[in-house]
Amino acid sequence: MTQAAIRLEGIAKRYPIGEARYRTFRDTLSAAMRRGAAKEPAEIWALADVSLEIERGSTVGLIGPNGAGKSTLLKILSRITEPTHGHAEVRGRVGSLLEVGTGFHPELTGRENIYFNGALLGMKKSEITRHFDRIVEFAGTERFLETPVKHYSSGMYMRLAFAVAAHLETDILLVDEVLAVGDAAFQTKCLGKMNEASRNGRTVIFVSHDMTNVAVLCKSAVLLDQGTVQATGPTKLVIEKYLSRVGEGGREIRWDAESAPGDDTVRLVHVRALNESRDLGPAFLSQEVVLSVTYAVQQPARLNPVFVVKNAWGVTVFSTANYEDAEWGQWTHEPGQYHAQCSVPAHLLNAGTYTIDALVVKDTRHVLAQANHAVSIEMHDDGSGRNDYAGEWVGVVRPRCGWQTQRSESGIDDRASSAAAWSEAR
Amino acid sequence: MAAGTIPSGIPLQDSAAVTRIEASSSWPSLRLRELIQFRELLYSLIWRDIKVRYKHTVLGAGWVVLQPLLTMAVFSVFLGRLAKVPSDGTPYPLFALAGLVPWMFFANGIGQASASLISNSNLIRKVYFPRLMIPASTILAGLLDLGLSVAVLGIVMLYYRTGLTARAPLALAYLALVLIITMGVGLWLAALTIQFRDVRYVVPFLSQFWMFATPVVYPSSLLASRWHVLYGLNPLVGAIEGFRWALLSTGTAPGPMVAVSAAVALAALLSGAFYFRRIEKSFADVL
Repeated sequence: MTQAAIRLEGIAKRYPIGEARYRTFRDTLSAAMRRGAAKEPAEIWALADVSLEIERGSTVGLIGPNGAGKSTLLKILSRITEPTHGHAEVRGRVGSLLEVGTGFHPELTGRENIYFNGALLGMKKSEITRHFDRIVEFAGTERFLETPVKHYSSGMYMRLAFAVAAHLETDILLVDEVLAVGDAAFQTKCLGKMNEASRNGRTVIFVSHDMTNVAVLCKSAVLLDQGTVQATGPTKLVIEKYLSRVGEGGREIRWDAESAPGDDTVRLVHVRALNESRDLGPAFLSQEVVLSVTYAVQQPARLNPVFVVKNAWGVTVFSTANYEDAEWGQWTHEPGQYHAQCSVPAHLLNAGTYTIDALVVKDTRHVLAQANHAVSIEMHDDGSGRNDYAGEWVGVVRPRCGWQTQRSESGIDDRASSAAAWSEAR
Repeated sequence: MAAGTIPSGIPLQDSAAVTRIEASSSWPSLRLRELIQFRELLYSLIWRDIKVRYKHTVLGAGWVVLQPLLTMAVFSVFLGRLAKVPSDGTPYPLFALAGLVPWMFFANGIGQASASLISNSNLIRKVYFPRLMIPASTILAGLLDLGLSVAVLGIVMLYYRTGLTARAPLALAYLALVLIITMGVGLWLAALTIQFRDVRYVVPFLSQFWMFATPVVYPSSLLASRWHVLYGLNPLVGAIEGFRWALLSTGTAPGPMVAVSAAVALAALLSGAFYFRRIEKSFADVL
């Protein structure tokens, strides 16, 4: 049996909500007066009953909607807060990157903050000194070591903070949404560092709303919702399970007048994702998909419906608007109900679940109505264009690319002549 | 808990220590071992407090010198000159300063300690460490100020040509007693501030009230001696009187009053530390 790095058994955490967070003398006195009749303070179970085992050396993504209990779970693992019930066993030293930079003091210089922050994360002074040059190099802030960090740009600040935490030698690394900051190059560095940590046998638990990062970084994932574990297993399956839950109603959604997304000018009424035969039956890669939206206009405005299509990993595959429609793309909508639809070409999407955001935009810029994950559609592979390959087809899209192959006697032609030959052959 | 340092790139030992996380029992425990493990963090916090305190102010250490001197001047005029408060045979300014130096360490210490958890709430909500380190480091950082103001006191003693006697080293023991009292009261107030937000507004008033209940600017000899043991229940009475006795040869030699004060001081420190450790687990949820 491999040793578990983390074992959770029946972890539950209760928080008081509202005004019960802290008391004043008056509250205590008045509570004492009407003892017995005292109302129980409102409370919420951030974690209801979580049992999990995380193998050593694994990189695990922790996903779920806001308020699912992800951060609470990390707080319990890093011992910031205690569970109300249950217990956990954690093997080795735990380091956390919970909103890096919280330990920085604006008045202290970069150098001073490296030492202070390191100590805060549990590093010994000798350990920090040993890593000092590498930390500075990783952050790329050599020139500003003696400058108080209050003069740093926010990017430099984050880089330095992450660099300190990333060089902490821990057995278990808890990472919460740190990649949301910094430029692309730095994000790549961070991902590399986390990969390195897991290669070195460290266990990494990664919380993120960006499914691409989770998918790239983690082999397995845990789906939390309402304080309980909803799914565990290979990342791709867990992510798909999560995203399929996100699109409420599935292929079709219709709103009441009160709850409809929008404002006084326009409200969404109805959004559908239809297959080629314009119904809610199965959709296949070789057929087009029709996206349709109905919206109610209350005040005249120049409006455009927009769809944003995302894949199972949260990557935006494309977005589309009716700007291309000569009749409606530029014209003012008078009050009334409108219906718009567009078709996504066959042989564009890959197999898997896609979610669709529906928006209505005013003057091509201002979003008046927005329904994220309004509908979702599962694209089925009907086997066309696969020959006898049965494996997973990688890629965000899966277009037909007009392959042609011919035997070439003269070896590798130069490009010009081969292009000419192609056009002749066609 | 400490797995030791593991050089990067080397696989972990199977023997990595296991930490058990669960709701702690309600039995009070100081968990001294953990405090010792985190001692480097304590040094870092003290050092940070000192750096930030001196970096931000124009006069830096100047304030530490000016604060007791100006207060001494005010009391010398109003109490020493106008009200003719006795000073046990030493010049009144020197008498008052010798009381103000330990008093100000105490008053600043409890004021900063009670605010410290709130001003460091971002750390408490994001990182685990014994929360006791926060008020403790704030108070300990004040020792530098205390050292500087003792030096000022030394200069004023030179000015008044007051020589040191053989019992001068005992002054250090009395300062240690002041530190113990400050730590005990500071921990109580810091923990209570989190539980009851009112405490923040009570501290300045408490501090003012406490000053007049302590022989800082008047001698305890104003009270009939049969009250002295009772008076010693305010632990600062024994500490400040003792400090003055050791340096200036005034007032009270160690006696029942000082013994009572020392006992109360120790009780305050122990109860404060236990209480703080008992409720510190909830800080991250409440802040």
